[in-house]
Amino acid sequence: MEAVVEELPVILQAFWLTVKLTVVSGVISLVWGTVLAAMRVSPLPVLRGAGTVYVNILRNTPLTLIIVFCGLGLGTVMNVQFSADDLSINSFWLSTIGLSAYTAAFVCEVLRAGINTVPLGQAEAARSIGLTFPQTLRLIILPQAFRAVIAPFGSLLIALIKNTTVAAAIGVAEAALRMKNLFDAHGDAVIPIFLGFAAGFVVLTLPVGLLFGRLARRMAVTR
Amino acid sequence: MRFGACLLALAALATSLTACGKSGASSIVDKAKDDKKLVIGIKVDQPGLGLKKPDGTYAGLDVDVARYVAKELGVPESGITFKEAQSANREPFIQQGQVDMVVATYSITDDRKKKISFAGPYLITGQDILVRADDATITDVESLKDKKVCGAQGSSSPKRLAEKFGAEWESKNLTQQQGYAACLPLLESKQVDAISTDATILAGFATQFPGKFKLIGKPFSTEKYGIGIKKDDKSGRDAINNALEKMFKDGSWRKAIDANLGEFGKFFTSPPPVERY
Repeated sequence: MEAVVEELPVILQAFWLTVKLTVVSGVISLVWGTVLAAMRVSPLPVLRGAGTVYVNILRNTPLTLIIVFCGLGLGTVMNVQFSADDLSINSFWLSTIGLSAYTAAFVCEVLRAGINTVPLGQAEAARSIGLTFPQTLRLIILPQAFRAVIAPFGSLLIALIKNTTVAAAIGVAEAALRMKNLFDAHGDAVIPIFLGFAAGFVVLTLPVGLLFGRLARRMAVTR
Repeated sequence: MRFGACLLALAALATSLTACGKSGASSIVDKAKDDKKLVIGIKVDQPGLGLKKPDGTYAGLDVDVARYVAKELGVPESGITFKEAQSANREPFIQQGQVDMVVATYSITDDRKKKISFAGPYLITGQDILVRADDATITDVESLKDKKVCGAQGSSSPKRLAEKFGAEWESKNLTQQQGYAACLPLLESKQVDAISTDATILAGFATQFPGKFKLIGKPFSTEKYGIGIKKDDKSGRDAINNALEKMFKDGSWRKAIDANLGEFGKFFTSPPPVERY
């Protein structure tokens, strides 16, 4: 246990990066996932097709592959750089791209399920009073759809928190990478360190689950 | 609070479990003589040192040393079982008796000596720098201050640089990849300017790409690779040390160095004196 106490600053720093990764990719994937959902329910076959192809490819590819592609493919081969003189900013954004692209596919599918909970009559009523498709989506459908899928969004967020560990694959110094380094520095305290990191993740994920559970109950659309 | 207590209890349980894993403590010499079999922990991902090849065979300096020592202890090559020992589980493997000895780029340190015993060293190396062959701007460790460096996760080499240059340097200039193999493409594509770790490891990787990279050859730390065995196995330590000294004398050591480290073999001129304690 001393090893965990002694390395607490390192561990906290690692989890801070985990939080940053989660928040940034969470926001991006929420926006991008909403766009994708809109594409998949849109009246234009081209948009629907594109959305379907994107979701099916990203959802069915292992996250590790996506992240490594972002690091090696985008970063090393195609030389995509976000900062000329800071390696950690580079790897942070490369992994954020991967995490967001992947999570957005799931956000899209969850949201589409939410859209299906809104009775068809509402869309028809919206059309009959002259709202356009974007207006219908924005004013009538999505507000109700979001409120229906708060609980599954919580599960997605929990999954995202844990998925950030995959970013270690391209050298983002988040929790999993720091844990590996600490294992090497404290070969005799592998189990306490492991438990310390596990506890760290529980501290992050448990409140998220509780919060989203409560929100879902409070915001539910009563029909 | 109850949750914290739970965690503590779990941790205590886990440590006691590992403690129970110890089998009867007999010397590795007796085991080798009686069973004609040894389980040896090696690295499987370090070219030139310990590498598992696609066909399932093992190659490298560590492997050659392990085979030589095993032979001297009376174990034929067919009696050796190689087992992957990653850096973090080398001590537990020995303590729990999962392996009889570890020959896996295993640096002799006082901390480790509290848990296991070391024979050797069979090689002295140090943290060095690998750069692109045409890069003349990096001449020693100080010139890394404004350069980008790649290291491996779970290795002590990046940590040493991070401590030297500070946290800001660590965040801006250091990237930690999954193993040194992942650093080479970054170095080649100029995303980093240097890779820094034990000279032996760098040499092992660089020999795979002749002419592309060069070793600076100014080690700024001392790593003594030893052979880890169960703590307080004095007769085992002596027997392995004798085997190593024989290997140094009869030319097998030189041959193994040149065979595994190629053009970089020149950085390792003479075998180190073994440390008997």
